[in-house]
Amino acid sequence: MDDKSHRAVRRVQGRSAAPGIALGPLLRLAPAKHDARQHRSVAEEHQALVDALAASQEALGLLAGDAGDADAEAILAFQMALLEDDNLTAPAFTLIAQGEVASRAWSAAIDPEIASYEEASDSYFRARASDLRDLRDRVLRYLAGESEQIVPSGVIVAADDMPPSTFLATDWRDGGVVLRRGSPSSHVAILARSRGVPMIVGVDVDHLGDGSDVLLDGDAGTLIIDPDAEMRAIFYQRRAEQSAVRQAGASLRGPAFTASGERVRVMINVTGLAELSRLNPAEVDGIGLMRTEFLFQGRENLPTEEEQYQIYRRMLEWAAGKPVTMRTLDAGGDKPIKGLTQAGGINPFLGVRGVRLSLRNLDVFRAQLRALARAAVAGNLKVMIPMVTVPEELDRCRALLEEAREELRREGQVAQMPPLGMMVEVPAAALAIEDFNADFFSIGSNDLIQYVAAASRDEPQLADLARPSRAVFNLIGHVVKYADSSGRETSLCGDLAGDPEQVAALLDQGLRTFSVVPGALGPVKAAIARYSGVTA
Amino acid sequence: MRHEVGLHARPSVKLTKLAKAFESRIDLGLSPDGPWVDAKSIVKVMATKAPKDSTIYFRAEGADAKVALEALVTLVDGDFQDGR
Repeated sequence: MDDKSHRAVRRVQGRSAAPGIALGPLLRLAPAKHDARQHRSVAEEHQALVDALAASQEALGLLAGDAGDADAEAILAFQMALLEDDNLTAPAFTLIAQGEVASRAWSAAIDPEIASYEEASDSYFRARASDLRDLRDRVLRYLAGESEQIVPSGVIVAADDMPPSTFLATDWRDGGVVLRRGSPSSHVAILARSRGVPMIVGVDVDHLGDGSDVLLDGDAGTLIIDPDAEMRAIFYQRRAEQSAVRQAGASLRGPAFTASGERVRVMINVTGLAELSRLNPAEVDGIGLMRTEFLFQGRENLPTEEEQYQIYRRMLEWAAGKPVTMRTLDAGGDKPIKGLTQAGGINPFLGVRGVRLSLRNLDVFRAQLRALARAAVAGNLKVMIPMVTVPEELDRCRALLEEAREELRREGQVAQMPPLGMMVEVPAAALAIEDFNADFFSIGSNDLIQYVAAASRDEPQLADLARPSRAVFNLIGHVVKYADSSGRETSLCGDLAGDPEQVAALLDQGLRTFSVVPGALGPVKAAIARYSGVTA
Repeated sequence: MRHEVGLHARPSVKLTKLAKAFESRIDLGLSPDGPWVDAKSIVKVMATKAPKDSTIYFRAEGADAKVALEALVTLVDGDFQDGR
């Protein structure tokens, strides 16, 4: 470098997980350290709880500062008030003085409070139990050393891995993510794409210096350390171009039409309420995929029927009559859930996952179906079953959903039977689609592609195979054709739908409903508007 | 005094914050004879699970007891301002 004030430029190659570019100082997140020391003194345990409570208070304060919606603020203020209340914390400190470890003392102090809310007759107070559980788990995380470092905006965060909760708690404006672990299909990558946060994975983060300026290229999957003046100039030019594209996309608000005037529905894929607060329901044709497994992850207990119901109901209210497709728990594979999925399956992608797992854990599945049947009265709900392979699985789910509805009626609760459809992601289902008693279909292209090609999407050496091929498009065309002829609707909710370059090929197959991450709405609508009919 | 909303999270946070601003010992109850709970404790106030349209009673003891009661009554009478 001729500029002596700059250190040598270094380039590190990773794998692209979310597109976009970012330039800023690198922030190395400390790895979670599980404190294995069993015998700490009473004074140390006492201090550990004092610190964990203070850290939780600070984190909640920051969250409240930019919560942006009144409901979230109220909950955070409630949690902060609880932390300040000696009536809650004093029993924990008493137990510690008697020799209990901080984590167990804290749980023992707050668990009876949680139980008393769970038993409340008023549904509002019952629902507060989840706020207390959230608070309990936050403090426990700090006690376990899994500190949530506060991430300022505009930095490039480097870490081993990142839980979705940390990602969601961060303001990513002008920032980006570099991970050692994770894959383009990990949940944090899905969130990054949905929020438009550039991200790369597979980078040895240990050799990255804290504080050095880095240029993250989420399109190419590269990280440039100490970029020179020329690279910076190119960055600013590219960023200006990208924001122009995004603005062009943002102008495509209303319904999407092809160049020949044919209406195409464009829905969104979401993981929870947080994403919806930033979106205007008028800009979308509904929610094409709600991944309910996010409600189950990163927590100590599985969510109750009531908790699920409250969230589903609020999503339906947000959609204001537009269709909302909720996919039942799609755990297993690369999405483990504490207390539910079995660790160490021989081949997780070919193992007990999706509906296979639900039908083996009927208590959990029934609670979800009950929550869905109750929520169905609040809007235009559709229920979708993942990983269906044979017709009997779907028949079984339909019977269980009907049972749940009947059971609720007998209890005097309001409930109704929503349309029941299936994900088409197993080639066996796509090939014999005529055999399934489904009210609608949704093609899950991510899994379909890797099952058709027998190539993992997470194996970088096989990236050329794990791509949409003619075989995949033939299967999609087969499903769409059958659905059209039998008066059913087909949508496509995998990453394929959100790729503007594939939009024309999908429209060629007759697909007229796309479900994409919110960040892809603009580009996909623009690609639809350019389409003037089958070219071949 | 009666109030339109129940002692939900937001009104309870407001109430305890206000109560804590005074030196006096302040108690809250759902009947004139108690049982009384510490109005400065969110745990205790929320635990009353006071429903909508219930009547809340306050009693205070201390140097600023009178001002405290007036302020609390104003808050509840005004339905916790925007509180819901």
